[in-house]
Amino acid sequence: MMNNAIVARGLRVRRGRSTVIDGLDLEVPRGAIIGLLGPSGSGKTTLMRAVVGVQIIAGGSVMVLDRKAGSAPLRRRVGYMTQAASIYEDLSVRANLRYFARVQGAPPADVDRVLERTDLVGQADRLARTLSGGQANRVSLAAAMLGSPELLVLDEPTVGLDPVLRADLWEIFRRLADDGTTLLVSSHVMDEATRCDRLLLMREGAIIADTTPDELLRSTGTASAEEAFLRIIERDSAGPGSRTRTKPARHLLSRRGGRR
Amino acid sequence: MTPMRTLATAGRVLLQIRSDPRTIALLLVVPSLLIGLVAWIFDETDVFASIGPAMLALFPFIVMFLVTSISTLRERRSGTLERLLSMPLGRGDFILGYTLAFGLLAIVQTAVAVGYATLVCGLTIDGSLWLLFIVAIADALLGTALGLLASAFARTEFQVVQFMPVFVFPQILLGGIFLPRPQLPDVLEVIGDWLPLSHAIDALDAVSTGDEDDAFIWLRVLFIVCWIVGAVIVGSLTLRRRTP
Repeated sequence: MMNNAIVARGLRVRRGRSTVIDGLDLEVPRGAIIGLLGPSGSGKTTLMRAVVGVQIIAGGSVMVLDRKAGSAPLRRRVGYMTQAASIYEDLSVRANLRYFARVQGAPPADVDRVLERTDLVGQADRLARTLSGGQANRVSLAAAMLGSPELLVLDEPTVGLDPVLRADLWEIFRRLADDGTTLLVSSHVMDEATRCDRLLLMREGAIIADTTPDELLRSTGTASAEEAFLRIIERDSAGPGSRTRTKPARHLLSRRGGRR
Repeated sequence: MTPMRTLATAGRVLLQIRSDPRTIALLLVVPSLLIGLVAWIFDETDVFASIGPAMLALFPFIVMFLVTSISTLRERRSGTLERLLSMPLGRGDFILGYTLAFGLLAIVQTAVAVGYATLVCGLTIDGSLWLLFIVAIADALLGTALGLLASAFARTEFQVVQFMPVFVFPQILLGGIFLPRPQLPDVLEVIGDWLPLSHAIDALDAVSTGDEDDAFIWLRVLFIVCWIVGAVIVGSLTLRRRTP
Protein backbone atom coordinates (compact mmCIF):
# COMPACT_ATOMS: atom_id res chain seq x y z
CA MET A 1 0.00 0.00 0.00
CA MET A 2 2.77 2.45 0.97
CA ASN A 3 4.50 1.90 -2.34
CA ASN A 4 1.55 3.00 -4.39
CA ALA A 5 1.00 6.61 -5.37
CA ILE A 6 -2.52 5.99 -6.65
CA VAL A 7 -4.97 3.22 -5.85
CA ALA A 8 -8.42 3.20 -7.45
CA ARG A 9 -11.06 0.62 -6.56
CA GLY A 10 -14.29 0.20 -8.50
CA LEU A 11 -14.18 3.82 -9.69
CA ARG A 12 -17.35 4.90 -11.45
CA VAL A 13 -17.90 8.29 -13.07
CA ARG A 14 -21.12 9.40 -14.70
CA ARG A 15 -21.49 12.32 -17.01
CA GLY A 16 -25.10 13.22 -17.65
CA ARG A 17 -26.93 9.96 -18.20
CA SER A 18 -23.98 7.95 -19.47
CA THR A 19 -21.40 6.19 -17.37
CA VAL A 20 -17.99 7.33 -18.57
CA ILE A 21 -15.92 5.11 -16.29
CA ASP A 22 -17.52 1.95 -14.93
CA GLY A 23 -15.73 0.01 -12.23
CA LEU A 24 -12.09 0.91 -12.85
CA ASP A 25 -9.34 -0.63 -10.70
CA LEU A 26 -5.85 0.81 -10.74
CA GLU A 27 -2.57 0.73 -8.86
CA VAL A 28 0.21 3.15 -9.68
CA PRO A 29 3.63 2.75 -8.03
CA ARG A 30 5.58 5.71 -6.64
CA GLY A 31 8.60 7.33 -8.17
CA ALA A 32 8.06 6.54 -11.82
CA ILE A 33 6.67 8.00 -15.02
CA ILE A 34 3.33 6.40 -15.72
CA GLY A 35 1.98 6.95 -19.20
CA LEU A 36 -1.79 7.06 -19.56
CA LEU A 37 -2.37 6.40 -23.22
CA GLY A 38 -5.50 6.16 -25.23
CA PRO A 39 -7.50 7.90 -27.93
CA SER A 40 -9.20 11.18 -27.18
CA GLY A 41 -12.53 10.57 -25.53
CA SER A 42 -11.31 7.40 -23.83
CA GLY A 43 -11.67 8.92 -20.36
CA LYS A 44 -8.06 9.94 -19.65
CA THR A 45 -8.93 13.45 -18.51
CA THR A 46 -11.82 12.14 -16.40
CA LEU A 47 -9.55 9.63 -14.68
CA MET A 48 -6.90 12.30 -14.04
CA ARG A 49 -9.50 14.67 -12.64
CA ALA A 50 -10.65 11.89 -10.33
CA VAL A 51 -7.05 11.41 -9.16
CA VAL A 52 -6.63 15.15 -8.50
CA GLY A 53 -10.00 15.16 -6.75
CA VAL A 54 -11.83 17.72 -8.86
CA GLN A 55 -14.14 15.17 -10.49
CA ILE A 56 -17.46 14.19 -8.92
CA ILE A 57 -17.42 10.41 -8.78
CA ALA A 58 -20.48 8.16 -8.72
CA GLY A 59 -18.91 5.25 -6.87
CA GLY A 60 -15.76 3.46 -5.79
CA SER A 61 -12.73 5.11 -4.24
CA VAL A 62 -9.51 6.80 -5.30
CA MET A 63 -6.65 6.93 -2.81
CA VAL A 64 -3.68 9.19 -3.59
CA LEU A 65 -0.51 8.99 -1.47
CA ASP A 66 -2.57 6.97 1.04
CA ARG A 67 -5.24 9.62 1.38
CA LYS A 68 -8.63 10.15 -0.19
CA ALA A 69 -8.18 11.92 -3.54
CA GLY A 70 -8.85 15.65 -3.28
CA SER A 71 -8.56 15.83 0.53
CA ALA A 72 -7.10 19.06 1.88
CA PRO A 73 -3.57 17.84 2.78
CA LEU A 74 -3.13 16.50 -0.74
CA ARG A 75 -3.62 19.92 -2.32
CA ARG A 76 0.02 20.70 -1.44
CA ARG A 77 1.36 17.31 -2.43
CA VAL A 78 -0.26 16.90 -5.83
CA GLY A 79 0.46 19.16 -8.82
CA TYR A 80 -2.05 19.28 -11.64
CA MET A 81 -1.53 20.57 -15.16
CA THR A 82 -4.78 20.77 -17.11
CA GLN A 83 -4.94 20.20 -20.83
CA ALA A 84 -5.40 23.87 -21.67
CA ALA A 85 -2.62 26.06 -20.25
CA SER A 86 -4.48 27.40 -17.21
CA ILE A 87 -2.52 30.57 -16.58
CA TYR A 88 -3.40 34.27 -16.53
CA GLU A 89 -2.85 35.71 -20.00
CA ASP A 90 -2.66 39.28 -18.76
CA LEU A 91 0.18 38.60 -16.31
CA SER A 92 3.84 38.05 -17.01
CA VAL A 93 5.25 34.55 -16.70
CA ARG A 94 6.95 35.48 -13.45
CA ALA A 95 3.83 37.16 -12.01
CA ASN A 96 1.81 34.04 -12.80
CA LEU A 97 4.30 31.80 -11.04
CA ARG A 98 4.73 34.17 -8.11
CA TYR A 99 0.98 34.12 -7.48
CA PHE A 100 0.68 30.35 -7.78
CA ALA A 101 3.69 29.95 -5.48
CA ARG A 102 2.02 32.05 -2.80
CA VAL A 103 -1.19 30.05 -3.15
CA GLN A 104 0.79 26.81 -2.96
CA GLY A 105 2.72 28.09 0.02
CA ALA A 106 6.02 27.58 -1.79
CA PRO A 107 9.00 29.83 -1.00
CA PRO A 108 9.55 32.74 -3.44
CA ALA A 109 12.84 31.21 -4.59
CA ASP A 110 10.88 28.29 -5.98
CA VAL A 111 9.75 30.52 -8.85
CA ASP A 112 13.31 30.79 -10.14
CA ARG A 113 13.85 27.07 -9.73
CA VAL A 114 10.85 26.09 -11.87
CA LEU A 115 11.63 28.81 -14.42
CA GLU A 116 15.05 27.29 -14.85
CA ARG A 117 13.76 23.73 -14.89
CA THR A 118 11.30 24.50 -17.67
CA ASP A 119 13.78 26.65 -19.61
CA LEU A 120 11.66 29.80 -19.31
CA VAL A 121 14.20 32.18 -17.76
CA GLY A 122 14.40 34.16 -21.01
CA GLN A 123 10.62 34.58 -21.14
CA ALA A 124 10.10 35.37 -17.45
CA ASP A 125 9.05 38.98 -17.98
CA ARG A 126 6.89 38.46 -21.04
CA LEU A 127 3.11 38.62 -20.82
CA ALA A 128 1.67 35.13 -20.97
CA ARG A 129 -0.60 36.25 -23.80
CA THR A 130 2.42 36.80 -26.08
CA LEU A 131 3.83 33.31 -25.59
CA SER A 132 3.64 30.51 -28.14
CA GLY A 133 1.45 27.54 -27.32
CA GLY A 134 4.45 25.46 -26.30
CA GLN A 135 5.80 28.15 -24.00
CA ALA A 136 2.40 28.70 -22.37
CA ASN A 137 2.23 24.95 -21.81
CA ARG A 138 5.59 25.05 -20.07
CA VAL A 139 4.42 27.91 -17.79
CA SER A 140 1.47 25.72 -16.86
CA LEU A 141 3.86 22.86 -16.15
CA ALA A 142 6.15 25.14 -14.13
CA ALA A 143 3.15 26.21 -12.02
CA ALA A 144 2.33 22.57 -11.33
CA MET A 145 5.95 21.98 -10.23
CA LEU A 146 5.88 24.72 -7.57
CA GLY A 147 6.42 23.40 -4.08
CA SER A 148 7.87 20.16 -5.48
CA PRO A 149 4.71 18.03 -5.22
CA GLU A 150 5.20 14.29 -4.77
CA LEU A 151 2.71 13.49 -7.53
CA LEU A 152 2.40 15.41 -10.78
CA VAL A 153 -0.70 14.81 -12.88
CA LEU A 154 -0.09 16.13 -16.38
CA ASP A 155 -2.91 16.10 -18.90
CA GLU A 156 -1.53 15.87 -22.44
CA PRO A 157 1.44 18.17 -21.73
CA THR A 158 3.03 17.58 -25.13
CA VAL A 159 -0.03 18.02 -27.32
CA GLY A 160 0.60 20.27 -30.30
CA LEU A 161 4.34 20.58 -29.70
CA ASP A 162 7.03 19.99 -32.28
CA PRO A 163 9.24 16.93 -31.78
CA VAL A 164 12.16 18.91 -30.35
CA LEU A 165 10.05 20.58 -27.68
CA ARG A 166 8.40 17.29 -26.93
CA ALA A 167 11.76 15.64 -26.37
CA ASP A 168 12.76 18.56 -24.09
CA LEU A 169 9.66 18.09 -21.99
CA TRP A 170 10.24 14.36 -21.62
CA GLU A 171 13.74 15.15 -20.41
CA ILE A 172 12.23 17.40 -17.73
CA PHE A 173 9.85 14.61 -16.72
CA ARG A 174 12.71 12.14 -16.49
CA ARG A 175 14.73 14.44 -14.24
CA LEU A 176 11.69 14.93 -11.97
CA ALA A 177 11.18 11.18 -11.75
CA ASP A 178 14.87 10.72 -10.93
CA ASP A 179 14.32 13.08 -8.00
CA GLY A 180 11.58 10.80 -6.72
CA THR A 181 8.48 12.50 -8.14
CA THR A 182 5.68 10.30 -9.44
CA LEU A 183 4.34 11.50 -12.78
CA LEU A 184 1.05 10.49 -14.34
CA VAL A 185 1.27 11.74 -17.91
CA SER A 186 -1.49 11.34 -20.47
CA SER A 187 -0.98 11.34 -24.20
CA HIS A 188 -2.65 10.15 -27.33
CA VAL A 189 0.64 10.01 -29.19
CA MET A 190 1.54 6.35 -28.97
CA ASP A 191 5.26 6.96 -29.67
CA GLU A 192 5.55 8.60 -26.27
CA ALA A 193 4.78 5.26 -24.66
CA THR A 194 8.40 4.21 -24.91
CA ARG A 195 9.51 7.11 -22.68
CA CYS A 196 7.43 5.92 -19.72
CA ASP A 197 8.34 3.45 -16.98
CA ARG A 198 4.85 2.02 -16.91
CA LEU A 199 1.96 2.19 -19.30
CA LEU A 200 -1.75 2.27 -18.77
CA LEU A 201 -3.71 1.84 -21.96
CA MET A 202 -7.16 3.26 -21.73
CA ARG A 203 -10.12 2.82 -24.00
CA GLU A 204 -13.81 3.60 -23.53
CA GLY A 205 -13.36 4.34 -19.86
CA ALA A 206 -11.50 1.15 -18.98
CA ILE A 207 -7.84 0.26 -18.49
CA ILE A 208 -7.25 -2.42 -21.13
CA ALA A 209 -3.56 -2.92 -20.37
CA ASP A 210 -1.28 -2.18 -17.41
CA THR A 211 2.24 -2.94 -18.53
CA THR A 212 5.75 -1.66 -19.28
CA PRO A 213 6.94 -0.48 -22.70
CA ASP A 214 9.16 -3.55 -23.24
CA GLU A 215 6.48 -5.93 -22.06
CA LEU A 216 3.94 -4.26 -24.34
CA LEU A 217 6.03 -4.86 -27.44
CA ARG A 218 7.11 -8.35 -26.39
CA SER A 219 3.65 -9.63 -25.49
CA THR A 220 2.08 -8.35 -28.67
CA GLY A 221 5.02 -9.21 -30.93
CA THR A 222 4.91 -5.79 -32.56
CA ALA A 223 7.56 -3.21 -33.37
CA SER A 224 5.77 -0.02 -32.38
CA ALA A 225 3.49 1.07 -29.58
CA GLU A 226 0.83 2.07 -32.06
CA GLU A 227 0.64 -1.45 -33.52
CA ALA A 228 0.75 -2.96 -30.06
CA PHE A 229 -2.20 -0.87 -29.00
CA LEU A 230 -4.21 -2.01 -32.02
CA ARG A 231 -3.32 -5.62 -31.25
CA ILE A 232 -4.47 -5.28 -27.64
CA ILE A 233 -7.75 -3.75 -28.71
CA GLU A 234 -8.36 -6.67 -31.08
CA ARG A 235 -7.64 -9.07 -28.26
CA ASP A 236 -9.72 -7.09 -25.82
CA SER A 237 -12.80 -7.12 -28.00
CA ALA A 238 -12.40 -10.76 -29.14
CA GLY A 239 -11.33 -12.31 -25.86
CA PRO A 240 -13.67 -14.32 -23.62
CA GLY A 241 -15.69 -12.32 -21.16
CA SER A 242 -14.51 -9.09 -22.63
CA ARG A 243 -16.70 -6.10 -23.07
CA THR A 244 -18.78 -6.47 -26.20
CA ARG A 245 -19.26 -2.84 -27.16
CA THR A 246 -16.42 -1.96 -29.46
CA LYS A 247 -15.95 0.85 -31.83
CA PRO A 248 -13.98 0.79 -35.08
CA ALA A 249 -10.27 1.39 -34.80
CA ARG A 250 -10.41 4.72 -36.64
CA HIS A 251 -11.76 6.06 -33.36
CA LEU A 252 -8.41 5.21 -31.86
CA LEU A 253 -6.44 7.24 -34.33
CA SER A 254 -8.46 10.40 -34.03
CA ARG A 255 -6.17 13.31 -33.24
CA ARG A 256 -8.74 15.68 -31.91
CA GLY A 257 -8.03 17.18 -28.51
CA GLY A 258 -9.90 15.78 -25.56
CA ARG A 259 -12.83 17.36 -23.84
CA ARG A 260 -12.59 20.76 -22.13
CA MET B 1 -8.53 30.51 4.37
CA THR B 2 -5.40 32.54 5.15
CA PRO B 3 -4.71 36.29 4.98
CA MET B 4 -1.62 35.63 2.86
CA ARG B 5 -3.57 33.83 0.16
CA THR B 6 -6.40 36.36 0.24
CA LEU B 7 -3.95 39.23 -0.17
CA ALA B 8 -2.02 37.36 -2.87
CA THR B 9 -5.28 36.95 -4.79
CA ALA B 10 -6.23 40.61 -4.39
CA GLY B 11 -2.74 41.63 -5.53
CA ARG B 12 -2.93 39.35 -8.53
CA VAL B 13 -6.33 40.74 -9.58
CA LEU B 14 -5.04 44.33 -9.30
CA LEU B 15 -1.93 43.40 -11.27
CA GLN B 16 -4.12 41.97 -14.03
CA ILE B 17 -6.15 45.18 -14.17
CA ARG B 18 -2.97 47.26 -14.24
CA SER B 19 -1.86 45.53 -17.41
CA ASP B 20 -5.00 46.85 -19.07
CA PRO B 21 -4.77 50.68 -18.94
CA ARG B 22 -7.77 51.15 -21.19
CA THR B 23 -10.03 49.36 -18.72
CA ILE B 24 -8.69 51.51 -15.90
CA ALA B 25 -9.37 54.66 -17.90
CA LEU B 26 -12.91 53.50 -18.70
CA LEU B 27 -13.54 52.59 -15.07
CA LEU B 28 -12.47 55.98 -13.83
CA VAL B 29 -13.71 58.30 -16.57
CA VAL B 30 -17.00 56.85 -17.82
CA PRO B 31 -19.06 57.39 -14.62
CA SER B 32 -17.99 61.03 -14.50
CA LEU B 33 -18.81 61.55 -18.17
CA LEU B 34 -22.29 60.10 -17.69
CA ILE B 35 -22.92 62.12 -14.56
CA GLY B 36 -21.79 65.17 -16.52
CA LEU B 37 -24.24 64.27 -19.28
CA VAL B 38 -27.14 63.91 -16.84
CA ALA B 39 -26.27 67.24 -15.24
CA TRP B 40 -26.19 68.86 -18.68
CA ILE B 41 -29.57 67.36 -19.70
CA PHE B 42 -31.23 68.85 -16.63
CA ASP B 43 -29.25 72.06 -16.84
CA GLU B 44 -32.35 74.30 -16.94
CA THR B 45 -34.10 72.48 -14.09
CA ASP B 46 -33.28 71.45 -10.53
CA VAL B 47 -33.75 67.74 -11.26
CA PHE B 48 -30.04 66.96 -11.07
CA ALA B 49 -29.93 68.00 -7.45
CA SER B 50 -32.38 65.22 -6.63
CA ILE B 51 -31.16 62.40 -8.95
CA GLY B 52 -27.45 63.22 -8.90
CA PRO B 53 -26.78 61.29 -5.68
CA ALA B 54 -28.58 58.25 -7.12
CA MET B 55 -26.22 58.36 -10.10
CA LEU B 56 -23.33 58.00 -7.67
CA ALA B 57 -24.98 54.80 -6.41
CA LEU B 58 -25.56 53.34 -9.84
CA PHE B 59 -22.13 53.45 -11.42
CA PRO B 60 -19.97 51.64 -8.88
CA PHE B 61 -22.70 49.01 -8.69
CA ILE B 62 -23.07 48.41 -12.43
CA VAL B 63 -19.38 48.62 -13.24
CA MET B 64 -18.31 46.28 -10.45
CA PHE B 65 -21.07 43.84 -11.38
CA LEU B 66 -19.78 43.66 -14.95
CA VAL B 67 -16.09 43.55 -14.12
CA THR B 68 -16.48 40.85 -11.48
CA SER B 69 -18.87 38.63 -13.39
CA ILE B 70 -16.69 38.68 -16.49
CA SER B 71 -13.40 38.12 -14.69
CA THR B 72 -14.71 35.22 -12.62
CA LEU B 73 -16.30 33.72 -15.71
CA ARG B 74 -12.90 33.97 -17.37
CA GLU B 75 -11.37 32.12 -14.43
CA ARG B 76 -13.96 29.39 -14.72
CA ARG B 77 -13.48 29.02 -18.46
CA SER B 78 -9.70 29.31 -18.71
CA GLY B 79 -9.16 26.53 -16.17
CA THR B 80 -7.36 28.80 -13.69
CA LEU B 81 -10.22 28.39 -11.20
CA GLU B 82 -9.95 24.61 -11.44
CA ARG B 83 -6.21 24.89 -10.91
CA LEU B 84 -6.65 27.17 -7.88
CA LEU B 85 -9.28 24.92 -6.31
CA SER B 86 -6.97 21.92 -6.70
CA MET B 87 -4.39 23.94 -4.71
CA PRO B 88 -4.56 24.97 -1.05
CA LEU B 89 -6.65 28.07 -1.80
CA GLY B 90 -9.79 28.55 0.28
CA ARG B 91 -12.97 29.55 -1.50
CA GLY B 92 -13.11 32.50 0.88
CA ASP B 93 -9.58 33.53 -0.22
CA PHE B 94 -10.79 33.67 -3.79
CA ILE B 95 -13.95 35.66 -3.10
CA LEU B 96 -12.44 38.01 -0.51
CA GLY B 97 -9.43 38.56 -2.77
CA TYR B 98 -11.71 39.75 -5.55
CA THR B 99 -13.81 41.79 -3.14
CA LEU B 100 -10.73 43.54 -1.74
CA ALA B 101 -9.27 44.33 -5.15
CA PHE B 102 -12.50 45.66 -6.59
CA GLY B 103 -13.37 47.43 -3.35
CA LEU B 104 -10.13 49.41 -3.70
CA LEU B 105 -10.96 50.23 -7.30
CA ALA B 106 -14.42 51.32 -6.22
CA ILE B 107 -12.95 53.79 -3.74
CA VAL B 108 -10.88 55.43 -6.48
CA GLN B 109 -13.79 55.38 -8.89
CA THR B 110 -16.13 56.94 -6.36
CA ALA B 111 -13.58 59.60 -5.45
CA VAL B 112 -13.31 60.65 -9.09
CA ALA B 113 -17.09 60.58 -9.61
CA VAL B 114 -17.88 62.49 -6.43
CA GLY B 115 -15.18 65.04 -7.15
CA TYR B 116 -16.51 65.59 -10.63
CA ALA B 117 -20.17 65.73 -9.54
CA THR B 118 -19.52 68.27 -6.80
CA LEU B 119 -16.75 70.40 -8.26
CA VAL B 120 -17.72 70.44 -11.94
CA CYS B 121 -21.45 69.65 -12.01
CA GLY B 122 -22.29 71.66 -8.92
CA LEU B 123 -23.90 68.86 -6.92
CA THR B 124 -24.15 69.83 -3.28
CA ILE B 125 -23.47 67.31 -0.53
CA ASP B 126 -24.80 68.64 2.76
CA GLY B 127 -24.15 65.47 4.77
CA SER B 128 -20.79 63.91 5.58
CA LEU B 129 -18.56 63.01 2.67
CA TRP B 130 -17.07 59.96 4.32
CA LEU B 131 -20.54 58.47 4.86
CA LEU B 132 -21.09 58.98 1.15
CA PHE B 133 -17.92 57.01 0.46
CA ILE B 134 -19.01 54.21 2.74
CA VAL B 135 -22.33 53.91 0.95
CA ALA B 136 -20.66 53.97 -2.46
CA ILE B 137 -18.16 51.31 -1.42
CA ALA B 138 -20.92 49.11 0.00
CA ASP B 139 -22.62 49.59 -3.34
CA ALA B 140 -19.55 48.55 -5.29
CA LEU B 141 -19.08 45.50 -3.09
CA LEU B 142 -22.72 44.62 -3.68
CA GLY B 143 -22.03 44.72 -7.42
CA THR B 144 -18.97 42.50 -6.89
CA ALA B 145 -20.93 39.98 -4.84
CA LEU B 146 -23.85 39.81 -7.25
CA GLY B 147 -21.47 39.63 -10.22
CA LEU B 148 -19.76 36.66 -8.66
CA LEU B 149 -23.13 35.00 -8.24
CA ALA B 150 -24.18 35.78 -11.81
CA SER B 151 -21.00 34.28 -13.25
CA ALA B 152 -21.98 30.92 -11.76
CA PHE B 153 -25.09 30.82 -13.92
CA ALA B 154 -23.43 31.89 -17.14
CA ARG B 155 -21.57 29.66 -19.56
CA THR B 156 -20.39 32.40 -21.92
CA GLU B 157 -19.50 36.08 -21.87
CA PHE B 158 -22.65 36.79 -23.87
CA GLN B 159 -24.79 35.26 -21.15
CA VAL B 160 -23.01 37.17 -18.43
CA VAL B 161 -23.69 40.47 -20.15
CA GLN B 162 -27.36 39.45 -20.47
CA PHE B 163 -27.46 38.90 -16.74
CA MET B 164 -26.80 42.56 -16.15
CA PRO B 165 -30.33 43.61 -17.18
CA VAL B 166 -31.71 40.77 -15.02
CA PHE B 167 -29.82 41.72 -11.86
CA VAL B 168 -29.49 45.46 -12.36
CA PHE B 169 -32.37 46.99 -14.36
CA PRO B 170 -35.22 45.98 -12.04
CA GLN B 171 -33.29 47.51 -9.16
CA ILE B 172 -32.87 50.78 -11.06
CA LEU B 173 -36.55 50.84 -12.10
CA LEU B 174 -37.87 50.03 -8.63
CA GLY B 175 -35.24 52.00 -6.71
CA GLY B 176 -37.13 55.29 -6.80
CA ILE B 177 -35.15 57.19 -9.42
CA PHE B 178 -37.95 57.23 -11.99
CA LEU B 179 -40.79 57.48 -9.53
CA PRO B 180 -40.51 57.75 -5.75
CA ARG B 181 -41.19 54.31 -4.27
CA PRO B 182 -44.26 55.31 -2.22
CA GLN B 183 -45.97 56.23 -5.51
CA LEU B 184 -45.40 52.78 -7.04
CA PRO B 185 -48.18 50.15 -7.12
CA ASP B 186 -48.23 48.35 -3.76
CA VAL B 187 -46.62 45.10 -4.92
CA LEU B 188 -43.80 46.92 -6.70
CA GLU B 189 -43.27 49.17 -3.70
CA VAL B 190 -42.80 46.15 -1.45
CA ILE B 191 -40.39 44.53 -3.89
CA GLY B 192 -38.50 47.80 -4.26
CA ASP B 193 -38.24 48.13 -0.50
CA TRP B 194 -36.40 44.81 -0.31
CA LEU B 195 -33.92 45.45 -3.10
CA PRO B 196 -30.48 46.61 -1.97
CA LEU B 197 -29.98 49.34 -4.56
CA SER B 198 -33.10 51.14 -3.26
CA HIS B 199 -31.43 51.49 0.09
CA ALA B 200 -28.20 52.72 -1.49
CA ILE B 201 -30.17 55.37 -3.33
CA ASP B 202 -32.03 56.36 -0.15
CA ALA B 203 -28.80 56.58 1.77
CA LEU B 204 -27.06 58.73 -0.83
CA ASP B 205 -30.09 61.01 -1.05
CA ALA B 206 -30.00 61.39 2.72
CA VAL B 207 -26.28 62.14 2.68
CA SER B 208 -26.59 64.79 -0.02
CA THR B 209 -29.56 66.58 1.57
CA GLY B 210 -28.32 66.11 5.11
CA ASP B 211 -31.98 65.68 6.18
CA GLU B 212 -31.60 62.42 8.07
CA ASP B 213 -29.38 61.49 10.98
CA ASP B 214 -26.45 59.09 10.69
CA ALA B 215 -28.44 56.18 12.13
CA PHE B 216 -30.79 56.30 9.13
CA ILE B 217 -27.83 55.97 6.78
CA TRP B 218 -26.09 53.27 8.80
CA LEU B 219 -29.29 51.23 8.81
CA ARG B 220 -29.34 51.43 5.01
CA VAL B 221 -25.69 50.40 4.86
CA LEU B 222 -26.42 47.46 7.16
CA PHE B 223 -29.22 46.34 4.86
CA ILE B 224 -26.84 46.43 1.87
CA VAL B 225 -24.21 44.54 3.85
CA CYS B 226 -26.74 41.79 4.58
CA TRP B 227 -27.30 41.43 0.85
CA ILE B 228 -23.54 41.34 0.23
CA VAL B 229 -23.05 38.61 2.84
CA GLY B 230 -25.95 36.61 1.41
CA ALA B 231 -24.65 36.90 -2.15
CA VAL B 232 -21.11 36.00 -1.08
CA ILE B 233 -22.34 32.89 0.75
CA VAL B 234 -24.46 31.73 -2.16
CA GLY B 235 -21.64 32.67 -4.54
CA SER B 236 -19.06 30.65 -2.61
CA LEU B 237 -21.39 27.65 -2.77
CA THR B 238 -21.13 27.87 -6.54
CA LEU B 239 -17.34 27.53 -6.36
CA ARG B 240 -17.15 23.77 -6.27
CA ARG B 241 -13.89 21.95 -5.86
CA ARG B 242 -15.49 18.93 -7.48
CA THR B 243 -17.37 19.40 -10.71
CA PRO B 244 -19.12 16.90 -13.00
